[in-house]
Amino acid sequence: MFLLQRAWRFYLPARFFFIVGLGLGLSGCLRHEPPADVTIINGAEPESMDPQIITGQADMRIVQGLFEGLMRLDPKTARAVPGMAERYEVSPDGKVYTFHLRTNLMWSTGEPIQAADYVYAWHRALAPETASEYAGQLYYIKNGEAYNNGKLADANQVGVQALDALTLRVELEHPTAFFIELCAFPTLYLVPRQTIEKYGDGWTRARPLPSCGAFELVDWRLNDKSRLRKNPRYWDAANTRSEIIDLLPIAGATTALNVYEQERADIVWDKNLVPSELLDVLIHRPDFHTFSYLGTMFVRFNITRKPFDDPRVRRALGMAIDRERIVKKITRGGEPATTSLVPPGVANYDPVPGLDYNPEAARKLLAEAGYPGGKGFPRFTDLVYGVKLYEDIGVEMQQMWQENLGITMELRPLEWKVYLGAQAHLDYEVCQASWIGDYNDAQTFLGMFTSEDGNNHTGWKNPEYDALIAKAGDQTDLKVREHIFQQAETLLVRDQAPIVPVYVYMGLNYFRTNRVEGIYQNLLDDHPLQAIHRIAAPH
Amino acid sequence: MYYLRRILFAIPLLLVISGLAFILVRLAPGGPFDRERVPASPEIQKHLLAKYHLDEPMWRQYLRYLNDLVHGDFGVSLKYRDHSVNDIIAQGLPVSMTLGGLAFCFALALGLPVGFFAAANRGRWPDRAGSFLALLAVCVPGFVIAPILIMIFAVRWHWLPVALWESPWHMILPTIALGLYFAGQVARLMREGMLSAMQSEFVTAARSKGLGENEVLFKHAFRIAVLPVVSYAGPMLADLLTGSFIIENIFQIPGIGVFLVNSSLNRDYTVVVGLSLLYAVLLIGLNLVVDFAYTLLDPRVKYE
Repeated sequence: MFLLQRAWRFYLPARFFFIVGLGLGLSGCLRHEPPADVTIINGAEPESMDPQIITGQADMRIVQGLFEGLMRLDPKTARAVPGMAERYEVSPDGKVYTFHLRTNLMWSTGEPIQAADYVYAWHRALAPETASEYAGQLYYIKNGEAYNNGKLADANQVGVQALDALTLRVELEHPTAFFIELCAFPTLYLVPRQTIEKYGDGWTRARPLPSCGAFELVDWRLNDKSRLRKNPRYWDAANTRSEIIDLLPIAGATTALNVYEQERADIVWDKNLVPSELLDVLIHRPDFHTFSYLGTMFVRFNITRKPFDDPRVRRALGMAIDRERIVKKITRGGEPATTSLVPPGVANYDPVPGLDYNPEAARKLLAEAGYPGGKGFPRFTDLVYGVKLYEDIGVEMQQMWQENLGITMELRPLEWKVYLGAQAHLDYEVCQASWIGDYNDAQTFLGMFTSEDGNNHTGWKNPEYDALIAKAGDQTDLKVREHIFQQAETLLVRDQAPIVPVYVYMGLNYFRTNRVEGIYQNLLDDHPLQAIHRIAAPH
Repeated sequence: MYYLRRILFAIPLLLVISGLAFILVRLAPGGPFDRERVPASPEIQKHLLAKYHLDEPMWRQYLRYLNDLVHGDFGVSLKYRDHSVNDIIAQGLPVSMTLGGLAFCFALALGLPVGFFAAANRGRWPDRAGSFLALLAVCVPGFVIAPILIMIFAVRWHWLPVALWESPWHMILPTIALGLYFAGQVARLMREGMLSAMQSEFVTAARSKGLGENEVLFKHAFRIAVLPVVSYAGPMLADLLTGSFIIENIFQIPGIGVFLVNSSLNRDYTVVVGLSLLYAVLLIGLNLVVDFAYTLLDPRVKYE
């Protein structure tokens, strides 16, 4: 009793802290918001909502709800279909596109949209002072590269013109088979001129923010949520299926799964948001949907360092990788092993198989190169981005190369930015890397191993390869183009092997099919927001 | 006078801190615009550097930064290009301060009585139990406690939400997870303070005056015994108010702590320097408050 009495008396001052705390808590964040129709866990916090600035998939998935281009992506196939342009014509040489805008286009704030707005938007994307990292998506337009590089000061010489209020004429440098797909890419979206001129770089934080997509941005709180509301002035508003969509920036897999399991979120659309320890169990659940994806994991060799300057060495190492073991034991998400760089399913292209797993032949090749049984082969390192998945793959390859070829590799895991720097400056011997296609075409994969491409990162320069890629770029006949690309890929993954593909990425979305509809699994892992909606009434 | 001098002295200190943060983060390999895919032309990278003046010599950049700072502008985030550092702080700091304030209150409300009763019952079971629990709280890190709390209260029993920051219910688990360590520290400091205070001469004097044990403990010993807690409370509050990376990450709380860590991984130069300054100001300011609180609690302390 004595103790209790004392406790009570003592607690008088301590209770003060409780009351202060409670007050803080109550005042801190009582929000009155209507519930969203659909809540989506979107991965990383968007870096920007400016279509011409963004680079990441999480950003693009929000932005494509807010803004639109001449074309938009079909929710089922993720192929480009008419967006703001009702129709278009292509000249016989494939170099001039004439777009006809719809007649009922309007900003969400009520201003009309005209062809001249597109001229402004594309000039802005290319202007050096905008510093758009994806400006390269407009280099296919005549003089686009020259204007972006500052070699051409006059924006009016860029090949985009408004013929009248609703007609846009675009002239290209070369016939570009995938130009229509590019017209659905965010860098080529329409952006609101008046708002940008008024607010400058922070224009996306203006409210109301004029949008030309299916939704308006109501709220954007960093690391908290982005809230989108249906834009009634969108040209296709009749087919926008949700009133309010919340996108939560949750980057931790466990947290994402917990929030989803508590039914606070309806859709999680990023494979990185599945805790890898639970992958084996979760992947069999009916609400986990896997699909093949436009991305490849591969190994790079630094051609400027011995002994990797010898194609026989590179091919031997490639043939000593048991890809099936890697996908079954480590990635475990149903990833198909691959020997070609271009993933299967890409438009107008059938990938070429590269070097199969064949330890016997690999040993022979290595002996031919002067290292019988791995004798005399220098120890080398494998540069890897220091996260568990990639380190595990590295350990696996280390073992395979040791067992099959008798050579010793050490892992060199680095922090992200340091890893990127080492790769870019050719400060490595062997390196694990990956590439996700920007658009649905073989060019986005094969183009990066031309001699001057900034993403080559191998030191491999092959005039024959460069010539093939250039030749494909000038082709209008899709069959011939495919054939040329296949010759190039053969050179890349079979004969020369500056890179060795390992597996194709799998996408993973999870959502309950009896709760939400309108989200489809496609090669780009792209899910236009206007199609997504809830089936049952909000709980 | 004394406090004015301390405040004036803080200015060169902040200058040094900002300068160090400014240089160190730029010395780290890699830059804010290094990405997996290199832009189509090297010119694009140059545009980016030029836009944010990163192509200038470092001293010019620093002077430019100081000039903006004088005008209350921390600059634009290089990762979140639509936001200024001021925006990021304005959005994140109130949340972190709410959580930190709650955890602070929780730590004191739990730690003070535990330490007090442990000392008052020295050597008996309340002391042993209290000391053990306090030690446990100090030793088990937040990234272990938080998932355990989530597993029990949110996933098993569905009493509380697993994450997010929407209502007072959402605040309970993160407050406990964040505050438990500090509660343990407070309890240990309080117990030590009490033990030494109970052996000091003025307590003996108070006892010899014939005061009751309660009065001795609460009125005399407590005021002195709480001093180590008070001096610990300053840095603790600064630590709590600027948010916790781990707790904010686990519970998906939109605070400033996540930025404090991620900005250096992202090489988001302006955010790193801005938040370092913010932390420094809080630390200096709260230490000042602690010193002032000393003069109130302990009549022996005076600053000239």
